[in-house]
Amino acid sequence: MTGERVSTDAVIIGAGPVGLFAVFELGLLGLKAHLVDILDKPGGQCAELYPEKPIYDIPALPVVSGAELVERLMKQAEPFEPVFHLGQMAEKLEKLDNGKWLLTTDLGLELEAPVIVVAAGGGSFVPKKPPIAGIEAYEGSGVHYAVRKMETFRGKHLVIAGGGDSALDWTLNLQPVAASVTLVHRRPDFRAAPDSVSKMHALAEAGKVKFVVAQIAGLEGAGGQLTGVKLKAPERGEWVEPCDTLLPFYGLTMKLGPIAGFGLNLHENLITVDTEKFETSVPQIFAIGDINSYPGKLKLILSGFHEAALMAQQAFHYVHPDKKLRFQYTTSSSELQQRLKVA
Amino acid sequence: MKVVATDREGGLHELSFQEGDTLMQVLTEQDLGVRAECGGCCACATCHVYVAPAWREKLPAQSEDEIAMLDEAFEVEPNSRLSCQILMTRALDGLEVTIAPDWN
Repeated sequence: MTGERVSTDAVIIGAGPVGLFAVFELGLLGLKAHLVDILDKPGGQCAELYPEKPIYDIPALPVVSGAELVERLMKQAEPFEPVFHLGQMAEKLEKLDNGKWLLTTDLGLELEAPVIVVAAGGGSFVPKKPPIAGIEAYEGSGVHYAVRKMETFRGKHLVIAGGGDSALDWTLNLQPVAASVTLVHRRPDFRAAPDSVSKMHALAEAGKVKFVVAQIAGLEGAGGQLTGVKLKAPERGEWVEPCDTLLPFYGLTMKLGPIAGFGLNLHENLITVDTEKFETSVPQIFAIGDINSYPGKLKLILSGFHEAALMAQQAFHYVHPDKKLRFQYTTSSSELQQRLKVA
Repeated sequence: MKVVATDREGGLHELSFQEGDTLMQVLTEQDLGVRAECGGCCACATCHVYVAPAWREKLPAQSEDEIAMLDEAFEVEPNSRLSCQILMTRALDGLEVTIAPDWN
């Protein structure tokens, strides 16, 4: 995918609920959108943080789970054929001589469009890095927060920390590759899928995986070379578990990341916008949803939906400077119904 | 009614609350570094605090959800709580908490 350049009407940064609804609102006006998201699936926080939690304040849906809301928004956006670029981070934004913007992702994908819509919620989801003194010295060598290539861990002595699906899945998947795997979790119970937990216990009984109930207390090593992880448990005190690699899986956190360097006016790490068009301090760049800030802002999904609708009106003028935008209703307009693929 | 919060640098803060606030809401009214990323639905563990031992018994019991979510916290202690799960009442006037270490 590297080095590819795609041209479209609008590039949406963030495929959460508001980014998805922006596809719909832009689509009704005949505008095409591409979306970039660091997660490997659409849905943003709804998909990553609370897929199973009920949401009660979406108009006309008395109760809906995060996952179902995403599914419904995907369905609503479907007629407009959005293109998703997942698992990559919007990294660089530059103005081109032709008046359009060029967004480059960390995978080298280039997206060119007259309109950029920042719908990045709380920022990019990145792995939580445990506050262990000196951990930076081992990052990339002995400490990894994600598994990109399993081969990296061939023949290694691993300590995997955490009790969720990532910790359990990688324990199971890396066990045949690694020289040894020790799973460290603070309690005997897990949040991870019960099936993975049973498989892990079976491997532990067969002596192929070591499971330790403990928490990480520190790291041992020198010169960027990890030699062990210091563990602690209430009854056992502290001890060192020898290893050359630590994989901490404590879930994700959100960071504004490269967006902070896009040259947009910020207020307390949020992007300031006007409330007519939800445009930022830079023309043709909009910010909608949790990432924006204006007087009276409420961080609700429904606020983001409203913002998406008004953003699209102005976006139309940037894409078609010479065209008049006629306001139409989906109930009566055959043009809109054709775009929705229902007529 | 007040909560006494110790920040990560050891600074003490007296924060007033009303019945019905969650402890997380009280802590995030000032910038004490509590992220509370999920907004209070027990889905992220970034509102982790330690409750002073004398107050532990006075708090509402921990749900299974909260115990499970603490798996994504670091330096979890027996007095660890997710502050979004603590509903403030008159009985908690004077509650003392310490904000847990932040993620890098």
